[in-house]
Amino acid sequence: MSSEAVLVATDVVKELGQGAGLVRALKGVSVSLNPGELTLLMGPSGSGKTTLLSILGCILGPTSGNIRVAGTPTANLGPEALAEVRRRHIGFVFQSYNLFPTLNAEENVRLALDVRGRRGRLAADQAREALTKVGLSHKFKSYPGNMSGGEQQRVAVARALASAPSLLLADEPTAALDSENGQAVMALLSEIAKDKSHAVLAVTHDHRTLPYADRIIHIEDGLIVSDERPERVRDAIVTPPPTIPLDEVRSEHAPSEGASGGGSRRAKKRKMKTYG
Amino acid sequence: MVLTLAFRNLVHDRVRLAVTLVGILFAIVLVAVQLGLYQGARKMIISMIDNAQGEIWITAFGAKSFEEAGLLSGRERHAVLSVPGVQGVTPLTVAFTEWRKPAGGSALIVLVGADPAAGGLQPWNMVQGTPASLTEPHAVAVDKTYMENLGVTRISDIAQVEQTRVKVAALTDGIRSFTMAPYVFTSLSRARTMLGLEPNQATFFLVKLDDPATTEAVRNEIKSRLANVDVLTQAEFRDRSLDHWLFGTGAGVALIGGAILGILVGTVIVAQTLYSSTKDHLREFATLRALGSSAGYIHRVILMQAALSAILGYVLGMTIAMVVVHFSEQTALPILMTPELAIGLFVLTLAMCAISAVSAILKVTKLDPAMVFAR
Ligand SMILES: Nc1ncnc2c1ncn2[C@@H]1O[C@H](COP(=O)(O)OP(=O)(O)O)[C@@H](O)[C@H]1O
Ligand SMILES: [Mg+2]
Repeated sequence: MSSEAVLVATDVVKELGQGAGLVRALKGVSVSLNPGELTLLMGPSGSGKTTLLSILGCILGPTSGNIRVAGTPTANLGPEALAEVRRRHIGFVFQSYNLFPTLNAEENVRLALDVRGRRGRLAADQAREALTKVGLSHKFKSYPGNMSGGEQQRVAVARALASAPSLLLADEPTAALDSENGQAVMALLSEIAKDKSHAVLAVTHDHRTLPYADRIIHIEDGLIVSDERPERVRDAIVTPPPTIPLDEVRSEHAPSEGASGGGSRRAKKRKMKTYG
Repeated sequence: MVLTLAFRNLVHDRVRLAVTLVGILFAIVLVAVQLGLYQGARKMIISMIDNAQGEIWITAFGAKSFEEAGLLSGRERHAVLSVPGVQGVTPLTVAFTEWRKPAGGSALIVLVGADPAAGGLQPWNMVQGTPASLTEPHAVAVDKTYMENLGVTRISDIAQVEQTRVKVAALTDGIRSFTMAPYVFTSLSRARTMLGLEPNQATFFLVKLDDPATTEAVRNEIKSRLANVDVLTQAEFRDRSLDHWLFGTGAGVALIGGAILGILVGTVIVAQTLYSSTKDHLREFATLRALGSSAGYIHRVILMQAALSAILGYVLGMTIAMVVVHFSEQTALPILMTPELAIGLFVLTLAMCAISAVSAILKVTKLDPAMVFAR
């Protein structure tokens, strides 16, 4: 395990539900996330992606296994202490944005700062700065209801970013967006990941996001089946590869257009490796 | 941001806000009216005792109130006058009796007989005539509020009390009677005649002291010298009258019961709306939790919502209550709004809304933050 890892999860098992409905959503997952990397977490529906994200983000506790955030084990922390870990280290981006509909863009970002005790002029400046970073300098006073999905998700990214988290977790951030907006949000996340102070983990179904990845983890049925670092070819890729053997039914969005070099990348499927 | 968020959540759903405000308003108006009536009743019940110039009241044993007390023989007066520290003793006669209207018909009144020169208990708030007017032949003083009940319309109108002819010689304003039987002032000797009393008989002996600070000691001294009478300080007599009229008759219980009902109904309505508002915003609260907010932060948002509702509801409720108070001023049972009651109502409203927030807070306590990932 790398000592500079932002997050280290070891042998995480998570059981959900109870009695006859008991599900082993995670069956022993170990992963560590490094700053300066955009990691994609992929896998079929129900494979445990969201569950893993919730546990890495200290929203759910594991049934067994260990999580260390910024070197601190979270095993024995109560709900308030876990909230503090989230406050200090973690930013979230959700599939359905989860913006506050009664607050405008700037207020949505300021709320995340307010929760951290950051108020007043400085907080307002920080909020505007974060919104400017995501390209919304003209939308400070817009309400979520008057923004496109892409804009809303960018507000959500700004909200996560404003508190300068060491770990940014995104659960299917592009699933509700059209291709153009989805690309924009992924580009933004990969831009954020370039900053050595953040690690970014994004759950996605969408193979169009692959070019942005520094690292791709596949999870199936609660277990990591592959963990690889593709060549850094994304800058060369203009359009995503044509066919990708996703373990996923959702391939209808695959563009038919010809591919650049990246198409063969997935074909020579490497053996599962663990990094970090 | 807590204030902003609470305010926006509140105005986000106009219908719910309206229901909340109506609930608070209902409670405030009901409580204001009930407690205002209670205060108004209190003021009426004790007005005679408070306006009398004396520290100690000698009453027949077991006197129930100012209006309902037995007769004293008159021998008590000399015994009291010989007690050190006593400056003067003024006899008063008070009794329910019958007023015959000039145009026929009659009304029950409380006849108050006091010597105008002695200054023990004189009519006050006089709008026509002076206390000395009661020395004129047949003179009585009545209150403007009750002229219609008494069948008189102006000064010098003639009526009859029991078998004695009386003439309206002075008018007061705002001396109201809790019993609905108007107070009618006359001189002591005329009252004795009308009521058929012996020359020395009286309902009360009002004792004026050299030094009010000696009240307790003098009261005890008088008590030791007189048997078969009650010797009461002004405060004791006031409490006795209040006890009799407000609690002996159940009127006070009804008023306070009405106020409690108002608070209960208001609390239930506010609790309902706050709970359903919180339920609607549950995903937002879960998001706050995911963003790392403490539970206390979320509770503050809910409590702030409750406090804002309270303030808005209070302003609206008090506005309506003051209109009701205004219109009650000319009725037989005026509602009395005092600064203390206004402040008390505000505190009560805040408390009511805070208690109402409990169910909403319990709801967010059971919040599953994992719901933020749901679609
Ligand atoms: N609250 C829950 N109770 C019981 N089972 C659950 C619960 N949440 C998720 N699961 C189950 O756990 C498994 C993993 O779910 P999830 O992590 O949401 O998958 P993914 O995000 O990869 O689609 C699925 O089989 C799902 O049905
Ligand atoms: Mg999921």
